[in-house]
Amino acid sequence: MYYTEYDAEIERTVSVRHALLALLSEGPKYGLQLRQEFEARTGDVWPLNIGQVYTTLQRLERDGLVESEDSDKDGPQKGFRITRDGSDELARWLRTPPDLTSPPRDELVVKVLIAVQAPGVDVHEVIQVHRHYLVELMQQWTRLKEDEAQFDLAFALVVDAELFRLDSVVRWLDAAEGRLKRAAVDPPTTPTTPRLRLRMEARR
Amino acid sequence: MSYLELRRVSKSYGQAASEVQALREVDLSVDAGELVAVMGPSGSGKSTLLTIAGSLEQPTSGEVLVGGAALSEMTRNERARMRRRSIGYVFQDFNLLAGLTAAENVTLPLELDGVKARTARAAGMAALEELGLGDRGSRFPDELSGGERQRVAIARAVVGDRHLLLADEPSGALDSVNGEAVMRLIRSACQRGVAGVVVTHDAQLASWADRVVFLRDGRVADQTSRPPGPESLLAPSPNP
Repeated sequence: MYYTEYDAEIERTVSVRHALLALLSEGPKYGLQLRQEFEARTGDVWPLNIGQVYTTLQRLERDGLVESEDSDKDGPQKGFRITRDGSDELARWLRTPPDLTSPPRDELVVKVLIAVQAPGVDVHEVIQVHRHYLVELMQQWTRLKEDEAQFDLAFALVVDAELFRLDSVVRWLDAAEGRLKRAAVDPPTTPTTPRLRLRMEARR
Repeated sequence: MSYLELRRVSKSYGQAASEVQALREVDLSVDAGELVAVMGPSGSGKSTLLTIAGSLEQPTSGEVLVGGAALSEMTRNERARMRRRSIGYVFQDFNLLAGLTAAENVTLPLELDGVKARTARAAGMAALEELGLGDRGSRFPDELSGGERQRVAIARAVVGDRHLLLADEPSGALDSVNGEAVMRLIRSACQRGVAGVVVTHDAQLASWADRVVFLRDGRVADQTSRPPGPESLLAPSPNP
């Protein structure tokens, strides 16, 4: 079993709450079982400690989204089932798009923008340094796909997501390089319009 | 041991003022069993590099060695024979002959080389079976799916005793799942000892290679080294 640097981001990027609701939507389960199934279905890349599972279950119970099967027992013997409110909450969450409206300030974009203007800096060389790093990283992720026998569906989806993300950055670098080459041959005559500047400001 | 070697290879087209330098003193060597991807924007010289490596074009200066033999020291006939026997090409648009079945397409290079029909057929079927097309041998290209056509093209490129596989944007217009399948097949050919060169602008395809060479304005601008294993991305889980 493996984990990756995603580990630290688990709370931020994956809702453990909703993942547990999803597992309970298949039928009642115990805490330990929930942990094992969560890890198996996220391609073993998101480990979850059992304490985290019980804390989350308690909060879900408090909010009326799950109920315990037998209130006399505690610990691993205690089973949980999803409530009608829990099912509604799960359906709502699955269909709520993550917030992608305001792009994060990307470190690489900022570096390329600065390299374009900094005297004595070859922006193409800077771009190639980053492209080299990204492609090498993609080679490593692709090695993970090589052994199909050990490659379950959840893990394949996670690796694909990472490869597409890195690929999009490489493609942006390619596009940036093409745009810079054209601009060098045929410099734009009109300065950046104030309106565009304002929009960039507003993003901060 | 390097199976393909380009030594200070330059290629220019046209004369004087209209001269275009497609390649400038390119050095590249590819070992038997190694898969190298060549990436670069259009006009960077990557297709020229491939046609010169495959002896379809002659360099303006520099030397190309295939299997240790210098192409410049061969006669035209010797070069043609080497192309038929040792080099396989995979093209973007498949280049299958529409009037021939899948099996006939695959065995054609062997038959052109004078291999007996029965031997050629056996080698062709073996190549098709290896690519999961054992039951498609008698189909014509227009009776095959895009993914199947591309696999036939790869079977044709590796049939017989080929040591060098050259591919130009081999996934063509295939979707990402089929594109990945094509790269798996090329990679497994290399793992059997073939030296492979794939030209592409697609970083996801290139990342199947052992080494990625970046071409810019006809020069090798940079290259990645053989990547560390996936262990660098993964660590043993704290949960047993």
